[in-house]
Amino acid sequence: MSDLKSGSNLEKVLRAGHFALTGECGPPKGANVEHLKEKFSHLKGVVDAVNVTDNQTAVVRMASWAASAVMIQNGVEPNFQMVCRDRNRLAMQSDILGAYAMGVRNMLCLSGDHQTFGNHPQAKNVYDIDSMQLISLVKKMRDEGKFLNDEDIDVPPRMFIGAASNPFADPFEFRVYRLGMKIAAGADFIQTQCIYNMEKFRNFMKMAVDMGLHEKAHILAGITPMKSVGMAQYMAKSVPGMDVPESLIKRLRGAGKGKVAEEGIQFAIEQIQEFKELKGIAGIHLMAIEWEHRVPEIAERAGLLPRPKV
Amino acid sequence: MRLSYPSNVKVIQVPCTGRVDIIHLLKAIEDGADAVYVAGCMEGECHFLVGNLKAKKRVQYVKKVLQELGIEPERVEMFNLSAGEGPRFAEIAREMVERAKALGPSPVKMKKAA
Amino acid sequence: MIIADRKPVGELLEMVKDCDRILILGCKGCVTVCNVGGTKEVGVLASILKIARKKEGRPLHVDEKTLERQCDPEYIAQVKDLVGKYDAVISMACGVGPQFLSEAYPDQRFFPAVNTTSFGGAVQHGVWSERCAGCGTCVIHHFDGMCPIARCSKSLLHGPCGGSARGKCEISKEVDCIWDMIVKKKMEKGRLADLTKMKPNKDWRTARDGGPRKSVREELVQ
Repeated sequence: MSDLKSGSNLEKVLRAGHFALTGECGPPKGANVEHLKEKFSHLKGVVDAVNVTDNQTAVVRMASWAASAVMIQNGVEPNFQMVCRDRNRLAMQSDILGAYAMGVRNMLCLSGDHQTFGNHPQAKNVYDIDSMQLISLVKKMRDEGKFLNDEDIDVPPRMFIGAASNPFADPFEFRVYRLGMKIAAGADFIQTQCIYNMEKFRNFMKMAVDMGLHEKAHILAGITPMKSVGMAQYMAKSVPGMDVPESLIKRLRGAGKGKVAEEGIQFAIEQIQEFKELKGIAGIHLMAIEWEHRVPEIAERAGLLPRPKV
Repeated sequence: MRLSYPSNVKVIQVPCTGRVDIIHLLKAIEDGADAVYVAGCMEGECHFLVGNLKAKKRVQYVKKVLQELGIEPERVEMFNLSAGEGPRFAEIAREMVERAKALGPSPVKMKKAA
Repeated sequence: MIIADRKPVGELLEMVKDCDRILILGCKGCVTVCNVGGTKEVGVLASILKIARKKEGRPLHVDEKTLERQCDPEYIAQVKDLVGKYDAVISMACGVGPQFLSEAYPDQRFFPAVNTTSFGGAVQHGVWSERCAGCGTCVIHHFDGMCPIARCSKSLLHGPCGGSARGKCEISKEVDCIWDMIVKKKMEKGRLADLTKMKPNKDWRTARDGGPRKSVREELVQ
């Protein structure tokens, strides 16, 4: 594997053809390093890389590059997320260099939820460039060794570039083209929005495979285990771009009191089993938000442990 | 019909309540009226189709303004009745006079400087 | 045209609280078209302020006048002999009006009666919607006559984002997702290839980001 782009663990796992597993960890709403370490300690050795969110849902948290650096110092590989909402192209290029200098090797490029969702809705909207252009930017820095203005970079950042894909947003017919565009712009790996509508996702993957996208980038299927009926209903109604079928809500309700979380995990494990066989899927992105301590158990039961050493 | 209605109601006739605009209602209040109301045709029976609906919206707007100014929005009102309903006309007049009495004199009436 | 909304009455009363005589100046341009600052609205505001002050026991003298526009010196000049007679003047024009007036009459105070919001047009009687953000580099021809800079909440050039659902923007069900509309139109017209091409990063220098702008017609400047 001589032509690795970044040399990150995630990249090596995917390039070696293993079924990858990534996790997620939201930094704390403060400089509480101990709390952060406690959170991602559950994921150490259990996943190939851990996504570090960037002011997710426009709520201020410790910077993702800083939380990523803490992770690296503690032997966990981060997948550093950057959104377009809060920084202009100067700050973006600057942060990418800083993150790389701190040892970050994976980066996920996202648009970011609009600030009206968050806890500082009065803030100015940046969106200087969009996620597509950010992907292209990181690729330019890595492969050409140049800034956006074509000046040379004094040690270019060689990131493994990721992007998000939401097969459940509208218009459905266009989502696979947009995925193709992100890959053409430079995305090496893709993490999808969490999946509940399996039928729709299978259709999406069929289109993606028909377009050969699975050969150009590694596609990881997003999974978030449902903890409760309330959570399922909330996601179905109040989260834009989320598709939660009524059949799943019924199934969770049917599990009975006290057993819903287990049913949710059961569903997630069934999904993982199907994704292992589904053409075009290179791995799983497990987003057990504020449930990190259950990840080792889910990974074990889904037969994803031990993680490959590359 | 020779029905009586209170003498402290000044009637201003318009060809259609659609002719009544926000400024007319505000001026009435500005000049010290304790209450002002608009009596239009039944909804759906406006000769000019939607004149009374426009009046209704304007009355709602003025109510909101009064609320913002700390004046009782009940001082302005919209009523609908048909042209032949003499008794209803008198009834509305009495209702508004009672309402104005209950609300007391308009806070806008010129105060003598302290 | 330029769209604006009247400031809350409380805010306006606060502005003129130390005044006994004011003038309200309307404008027959954009603010008349969006029914917020024309002759009629000047009359309504005058009445509202008088009512409020009467209630307080501190009557306010309010005169009313409406200019053709407040964005040309010729019209601003028309009130030369008038503006000095008041404690303050309220302008109901867009943000341009009070500024032009202030420049022309530096000894008088000019207060804005409206909050100017955007460039747009009427989508139904009584409703005006934003269409243009004044970015200085119009690209609507690339998007089949629709502007993603002004009408996408994230100003995306490669939308829609993952929050687009059932044709609506993630920020509110009242906001249409312009990218949903752009994609559907392109697909309908067989021009999807326009969208899959990468667009260059926006040059924000021509927008307000580059600093206050000026337009010059050399052939007209004396």
